[in-house]
Amino acid sequence: MKDFLTVEGFERAELELLLDQADSFVDVLRRPIPKVPALRGKTVATLFFEPSTRTKLSFDRAAKALSADLMNFSPGGSSVSKGESLKDTVLTLKAMGPDLMIVRHQATGAPWQVAGWTGLPVINAGDGAHQHPTQAMLDALTIRRRFGKLEGLHVGIVGDIRHSRVARSNVFALSTLGADVTLIAPRTLLPVNHDGWPVTVTEDLDAVLEGLDVVYLLRIQAERGGLSVFPSLPEYVARYGLTQARFQALQPDAVVMHPGPMNRGVEIADVVADHERSLILSQVENGVAVRMAVLFALLGGESNE
Amino acid sequence: MPQVMTADEVRRALHRIAHEIIEQTDGAGDVVLIGIHTRGVPLARRIAAAIDSFEGLQVPVGTLDIGLYRDDLHQRPVTPLAATSIPVDLNGAVAVLVDDVLFTGRTVRAALDAIADLGRPAVVRLAVLVDRGHRQLPIRPDFVGKNLPTSLQERVGVMLAEIDGEDGVWVGRKGASVA
Repeated sequence: MKDFLTVEGFERAELELLLDQADSFVDVLRRPIPKVPALRGKTVATLFFEPSTRTKLSFDRAAKALSADLMNFSPGGSSVSKGESLKDTVLTLKAMGPDLMIVRHQATGAPWQVAGWTGLPVINAGDGAHQHPTQAMLDALTIRRRFGKLEGLHVGIVGDIRHSRVARSNVFALSTLGADVTLIAPRTLLPVNHDGWPVTVTEDLDAVLEGLDVVYLLRIQAERGGLSVFPSLPEYVARYGLTQARFQALQPDAVVMHPGPMNRGVEIADVVADHERSLILSQVENGVAVRMAVLFALLGGESNE
Repeated sequence: MPQVMTADEVRRALHRIAHEIIEQTDGAGDVVLIGIHTRGVPLARRIAAAIDSFEGLQVPVGTLDIGLYRDDLHQRPVTPLAATSIPVDLNGAVAVLVDDVLFTGRTVRAALDAIADLGRPAVVRLAVLVDRGHRQLPIRPDFVGKNLPTSLQERVGVMLAEIDGEDGVWVGRKGASVA
């Protein structure tokens, strides 16, 4: 593995190995000294061209727990605002000697371009509405740690799927790992083309609630135009919000997940978000471990070059 | 490959090591046995069972994966990590590291670093089934099953029933298959 740009194309065994490694890193993070020297002397550059709090902090924490050094770049107040091209920015950073780049960009495909320009290992931390592979793997890990398996579990992804790179990556990661995925959204919030996706699609959340092991909620992405395709927020809540009543209609061991940031009272009711069967904070904890596993897979062994 | 220890000899060596641990740690009351993955783990369990049968004392057994602490991490492929689990507080304990073969000493160096991140034992000792020499670091074992002079061109193969289906130690040329 040279890069981690997408979960598509990976074999089930490869993804399972990544989850096994992440399980070990969850243990490391719970030790009295939650730090190992595995990546001592390696430098990791984070390039977040789009705002991010949790993903960037999670990668920072993962790199530090592996004893790697960090170079952080964000475009605010940088030469990007002076008109520098992405390629020049990236090559300038490369000249400072990082061993790997973690890239988030609003443009689909940007991390692939960065990998091509630099020849460095690149982790995609989210590109446009396209892919967010470490999010999908942390979600898979969270489900596996809760249920002990992914095979045969029924995961419903609810909400703004059209604008969601999280949904896209989860569909392929979870189905490769053996789960059944259903997309639940009004037609206007489904991807224009989802032919060939290994999913079932429905517009009716209430009809499938009872059969779900995992309800995976997405935020309406106003910044990508997600609000414009639905008449009003109250109407969205009435049909797709995980209200207390809908939560009670779930199986007693079904769980609720959300990649964050969540809008309480919109896609998820307040009491549901704080319920013991809401795994939202476990997702955050597992995110650090999964990112450690990916960094270790890319930088821990002998060089691929 | 010529066999240098039979199953009986492995068993006797481990029993002797168990006796030595009891003797040199004042009854093994504070001892924690820590098996280094892979074959150190069943060896640690067997030594614990022997101590139990001799003294009626159940010594805690932990497992240690040193994969994240290796100094040659970047010269080999990424390997799957195994569980590191120490069932008791290491602070103040007598930690006895257990491994199958002591060779360059680099695994033990990594294990000492790993242990330091898990607690501060009062002392750390080292028990190995085979010491084949060729140390690259100032590390020596406290309990040895068999001293086995080897050349650098040779390889030592340890097989244990729990993992390999049978017990024994073999020595042969590099590249030759074990047993």
